[in-house]
Formats: sequence, C-alpha cells, structure tokens
Amino acid sequence: MTDSPPPASLELSLEVSGLAYAYPDGHQALFGVDFTVRRGERVALLGPNGAGKTTLVLHLNGILTAGAGSVTVAGLPVGKAHLAEIRRRVGIVFQDPDDQLFMPTVREDVAFGPAAAGLRGPALEARVEYALSLVGMEAFADRPPHHLSFGQRRRVAVATVLAMEPEILVLDEPSSNLDPASRRELADILRSLDITVLMVTHDLPYALELCPRSLILSEGTIAADGPTADILCDEPLMTTHRLELPFGFNPKTAPA
Amino acid sequence: MHVPDGFINAPASVATAVVAAGAVAVSLRGARRELDDRTAPLAGLVAAFIFAAQMLNFPVAAGTSGHLLGGALAAILVGPYTGVLVLSVVLLMQSVLFADGGLTALGVNITIMGIVTVVVAYVLFRGLVKILPRARRSVTVAAFVAALVSVPASAAAFTFLFAVAGTTDVPVGTMLTAMVGVHILIGVGEAAITALTVGAVIAVRPDLVYGARGRLAAPLKLRVGGELVDAAPESTPEPVAARSPLKVWTVGLAASLLLAGFVSFYASASPDGLEKVAADKGFDSQAEEHSGADWLFADYGVRDLANERLSGGLAGTIGVGVTLALGSGVFWAVRSRRTNTPATAADNSHVSESV
Amino acid sequence: MGAGHAHRLYRHGHTPLHALPPHCKLAAVLCFVVVVVSTPREAVWAFGLYAVLLASVAAVARLPALFVLRRMLIEVPFVAFAVLMPFVAQGERVDVLGLSLSVNGLWGAWNVLAKGTLGVAASVILASTTELRALLLGLQRLKLPPLLVQIASFMIRYGDVIADEMRRMRIARESRGFQAKGVRHWGVLGKTAGALFIRSYERGERVHLAMISRGYAGTMPVIDEVTATRRQWSRALTLPLLALPICLLGWTTL
Repeated sequence: MTDSPPPASLELSLEVSGLAYAYPDGHQALFGVDFTVRRGERVALLGPNGAGKTTLVLHLNGILTAGAGSVTVAGLPVGKAHLAEIRRRVGIVFQDPDDQLFMPTVREDVAFGPAAAGLRGPALEARVEYALSLVGMEAFADRPPHHLSFGQRRRVAVATVLAMEPEILVLDEPSSNLDPASRRELADILRSLDITVLMVTHDLPYALELCPRSLILSEGTIAADGPTADILCDEPLMTTHRLELPFGFNPKTAPA
Repeated sequence: MHVPDGFINAPASVATAVVAAGAVAVSLRGARRELDDRTAPLAGLVAAFIFAAQMLNFPVAAGTSGHLLGGALAAILVGPYTGVLVLSVVLLMQSVLFADGGLTALGVNITIMGIVTVVVAYVLFRGLVKILPRARRSVTVAAFVAALVSVPASAAAFTFLFAVAGTTDVPVGTMLTAMVGVHILIGVGEAAITALTVGAVIAVRPDLVYGARGRLAAPLKLRVGGELVDAAPESTPEPVAARSPLKVWTVGLAASLLLAGFVSFYASASPDGLEKVAADKGFDSQAEEHSGADWLFADYGVRDLANERLSGGLAGTIGVGVTLALGSGVFWAVRSRRTNTPATAADNSHVSESV
Repeated sequence: MGAGHAHRLYRHGHTPLHALPPHCKLAAVLCFVVVVVSTPREAVWAFGLYAVLLASVAAVARLPALFVLRRMLIEVPFVAFAVLMPFVAQGERVDVLGLSLSVNGLWGAWNVLAKGTLGVAASVILASTTELRALLLGLQRLKLPPLLVQIASFMIRYGDVIADEMRRMRIARESRGFQAKGVRHWGVLGKTAGALFIRSYERGERVHLAMISRGYAGTMPVIDEVTATRRQWSRALTLPLLALPICLLGWTTL
C-alpha cells in the first residue's frame, strides 16, 4: 500500500448497486439490491428462505449475470472481461461441502484453485499447506474428503477457498448441519482470519457472535442495514421479515 | 449399430473419418457460441445419459437387437453443434473403454450415429417448433417426431455406407428393408424416451432445453419504495448463439453432400462397386439431390425388389440430403411466412435469434 | 463422485503395462488396430500371430484370460450379424454340411470377426490397465480438443451421479411394486428418465459452480505432471512395431 490514503473504491471490498435478476424460467428473485462492504468488515446477510440469498451470492463472482445493476469487487466490476480475477478475489464456500469437494484427496482439492490459476511445484505445495494450517487440517492432506466428518469437510471447503487468497470470503450457511463443537471451531477459525467476510445465514446467534453488522434481504431487496444487535432487538422488523430468534435466546443479554 | 473394425473398407473408413473430423471441427467452432459456463456440464450429462442408453441393447424382433442413439435428445437439449460433440465423445469413450465400436471405425460411427442423427433431428425439430403453436406440448411433439425420424435415417445411412463400402457383398434392398424396418421400431422407443425426457425437463427447467430457449423472457422489475417498476432495458448483447437457421442447414447439407461424394467416389473405384453409376451419372451429378436418389433406385431397386414404388420409397429414405431438402423446405416456408406477417415476425424474432 | 474413482473396467495392478503413460498406450493401441485392419483377410495366419501378440501383452499385464474374454462379449451383436452374412451375401456359393453358403459372405464374416475381435481385445486390455482419469489425461496429451476432454470428464463425473440417483429411484419404484416388463412401461421409464435427468443435472450443476468459483476454465489444472520418456514410448510402440512386419508379410504372400 502507498502512504497516501487509498481511493474510496479500494476501501470497499464489495459494492452492489441496483442488482436485479430473473431466472431463465421467468421467476424474478432480485429486485434492486444495494449495499457495500468495507475492507476487513465481517457482515451477516440475514433473510428468510427464498429471499434470494443464494441467488445474490452467485452474482458476487459472476456465476449469474446481473439482469440490471452492477457488482464491484475491490474496484473491479464483475463481468465477462475479467472473470478469472473476480473468481480468485471472491471465495465462496457453498452450503454443502460435498458439492465443493470433488477431487480424490484433500490435498488435490485444496490445490485445485491455485493450480487453475497457474501455480506449480513447491509454490503450490506451500500454498496448500498454508491454507490447510489456517483451518487446522494439515494432518488430513492425503485423506479422501468423503472419509472426513461433516465439520472437517466444511473446514476443508473453507481451506480450498482460502488457498486462492481471496479479497472477500463469502460463506453460505456456514453453521448448517454442524454439531456445537464444530460450530465453535469454525467460529474461531473465521475470527482468526484477517479478511473481509460476508456470511449468509439464518442462524441469528451465529451472526451476532461473529458479525458486528447485519443486512436483511427480503423479497429481493435490502430491507435493513445496521449493527447486528440493534437489528435482532427490533421485534417488528424481525417479524415482518420472518426472522425468529431461537427459543430462550436473548440478544440483549447474549455475550457478543 | 456400433460398427467394429474391419466392417467398412479402408478408403471409406478414411473418408468418413475425414468427414467426422471436419464435422467435429465445425462443431467446435459453433459450440463456442452454444456453450457457456453452465451448458458445459449439461453437455456432459447428456453424454453420460446417451452413453448409458447406448450400452443397453434391447431385443426388437426376430433375433435382432438395437439400442437408442440419443442424437435427437442431444441436439434438442444442447444444440446441434454441441450435440455432435457429445455424440463424438460418447462414441470415442465407448470405443476406448468398452471396445464398443472399432477405433478405426470411429469415423464411420460418428458419421452415422452422430452427425446424421443430430442434423436430421435438429432440422426437423426446429422446423416443427416453428410451425406448431407456441406451447410446451409442441416442443414435446416436435421432439417425438425428430427422434422417430432420426433413427431410421441413421440406419439408412449405415446401409448406404455398407452397400458402397462394406467388406461383403450383401444385397442392399434386403438389408435396407431389414435395417430400416427394425430401426423404425427402435425409433418409436427412442421417440418416446426423448419426448418424455424433453417434456419433463421443459416442465421444470425450460432454460435447460436449448431448442426451446428464448420463449420465456419477461421484462425485469425493480422494487422502489415497495412499488414494482420496470427496470431500464440494458443494452447487453444477446447472451447465447445468434445464428441463422440457414447456417445450420448449410453445414448439414455440406456434410451430407461431402459424405455422399466421398463414398460414391470410393465405391466407384472399388471393383465390386457401382461401375454403372460412375459411367451413367458421374460423380458430379451428386450435386443434385434427386438424381442422387435416382441412381440408387436404378441400380439396386430394380434388381432386388419387384415392387418399384416400395423400392423407390426406400431409396428415397437413404439420402440424408433428401431429408435435409425436406427440412430446409420447411424452413423456407416458415421464413417466407414470417416475413409476410410482420406481427408474428416481431413475436418470433427472439426465438430465431437464439436458434 | 470424485474424478479419481477407479472404474469397474479397470483392474488394479503394478505391471509394466500399468506403469506406462496413458498417451503412449492409447497411441500404441490405435497404431496396432490400424495395422490389423489393413491386413488382407486372406492372410489367415497373420491374424493368429496378432492374437498371440495380444495374448502376450495381456500376460505381461497379468490379466486373467477369463476376465478379458468376458469383457469381450460386447461384440456379440455384431457376431450375430457376421453369422448371417454367408447366408445372405451374393456371388459364388459353396455347400457346407448341406447348407448353401456364399463364398464372399464367408470371407466377409471371417474378416469382420477376426478384425473386430482383435480390435475389441486391444481396447479391453487398454481399459483394464489404465485408470479413467489417466485415460482422459492421455487423450488431452494426444491433443484432443479441450472442449471434448471437458465434455468427456463431465460425462464420467455424471456417470457416477446418474448411477447413484438411478439406484435410489429404482428402489423407490420397486418399493411401490413397480417392475418394467415391456413396451407398456416405457411411459413410466421415460418419466423416470426425465426426473433422473433433472436431479442429476442439479446435483452436478452445484459441483460445477464450485469448480468455476475456484477458477476452473475448461481444463483440469495440472497438479501432478504426466510425461513420457523416450524409453516408455519405445516400450509402448513395441506392439504395433511387431505387428507391422506381419501385415507387410501378409500382403506379399497374397
């Protein structure tokens, strides 16, 4: 970085404006989404089922192409012109690790992304080792992914993305199907990373634990944007958008 | 129908290999417009499907067996160019992995089971989809007919090839009757499965059916202060495959003519071939479809089959060119009808762009 | 559904044949088949020698004869066709055991059977000693267009997915007492095919999304390099090079 303050566009990891999208079958999922994420922030994207969360995520690295509006990652607009760079910068961890892990061994799976980007030999090995050490899975490098536990597979999935050294880490329902211990381990890993995180979830306590700021996506637009604790305490807002806190959980008293 | 090594003589094997390689090269160029990120796995899936379907030999009648070809399914789901590639991959892998179809007969197999089925099915399908009313059912019906015709067309192409370049002198009329007869039955099975598959896919994921794309585009809306307003139309270029049906037709015709030309050339050069043909018509007469059908009729029909009308009809089925001519006739008719009625032209323009 | 699963055609082993790079083996098989096909059918002894060559290759690969023969059954439909030839072909006829057979047809049947069988045997040996993923890499190294390799690798990946889904759906069908018995059930099977298609596609689509999210752009990245030495090439090409003089001899003794 230079001494002079970087331009505003570099301060922002992610900028989404006026994003609208309809599926080819005519069903429209996004109706003009606007938000920004600053570099280093951890933001939760909350919303009920069918709000368009996954559709939005698929726009962030250009898998879906916006019908209207734009997505910009660290100053670079998402478009056909530089898809490879965009996909390196935006690391998406999908909901089901079985979809994400498709190579015969953990090592090859983590190496897949950097190798696709042209890394070879010892540099590739070093990158794989580093990414696995970030999630504490170095010991499993030569195991086939489908022989690991669900929590371990999710951590390997995170490592496959970290190996690309992304600008922003996007997690789709990171806590789903995890037992409490795995859930906590993943939270520790995410907190230890020095990276911008956008976490898509309807696990509200997890959002409160990890993300100071939250967005609510409802009916294809951003319905609220503010500190996570404030949003979770705003009962009318929560009810309108079908968000419910788990039984016995009180955001006012929870240690955040 | 996978042709093993040594079934078709060497010159014709080389000739069909050249035709197949040419078709694959053309398809590779064309497929770049059909394939985007998401259709590449679709092509793979179609290939896996067809692979499985072709491995299942089911008994048809009197000790013969046949299998599905899948050309129609591929053409409709992923487009004609990608369809040819899919079939080529399937045949290559079957040859390498299962020894089903000889390596040296790969050109023959790709030509008769890949190119012929895909071209015939796609031309028919597009023609029918344009004539029939714009409804889901029409797509299914068109898929049925296209698959039904593509199988006997392929059988006829095989017979034709075997007649002029087979390593054994088997009476062509008998063989044609047997092959086409059997494959009409197989065609019914193929048609049923193709139509049901396409129907099921179009009901749930119409975006996955290449042949029917661009039929469901609604303008985008934006939610502004709780109200829905139309989004400003973006000046984005048409995402997939802007190509005229004329081009598909030309490529198909060129391929079949090339094939007919090559094969008859070698046939006339081989000792037990069609000397008469070479003498009577010469190989330049191939340029005209009808005379192409005529000489076959003249040479074989009278010799093997007493019933002239029947043999004439059979000889007519042989030429891929004839089918193409028919299909193209349909296209021309539709095209002129469209230009005559501007209202429907505007309505259809989107469809034709994504052909 | 990993790309590295061994296919059931592959027979695990550590023989010199297993160790050869895939593209060398592919090239060798192709050359061998070309040589076989261009041998004149009248040189009956030549085909015997080819068979001996293939048998010794199979022995080097420690493939049991029964395993290879069973896999060669794929050829049966065409054997049936070949058997019919002597009866329907035209030309000079001979009487064998009271049957009137065409000489041309007999030669034709022999030609198809001999060359077809040798081709099938060569491919079976190739597939039994080469892993699927290696075969794809081999095709890629032999400069098969990347788009074709891509379609082929997706095909193999989906093959697993389809087999899985198909098994599940068959169990569901059969637990409700359905069994496909003939034409009347084509409708049910067709609908199953449609549903199967969509289910497999959506499953595979998610995998594919994960792949392109990590920079997949049409070719599998090279993680472990495959190269062939001159020695390996010359070893692989021994087979076609031994076959070639047999073929040439076949032509001269006509």
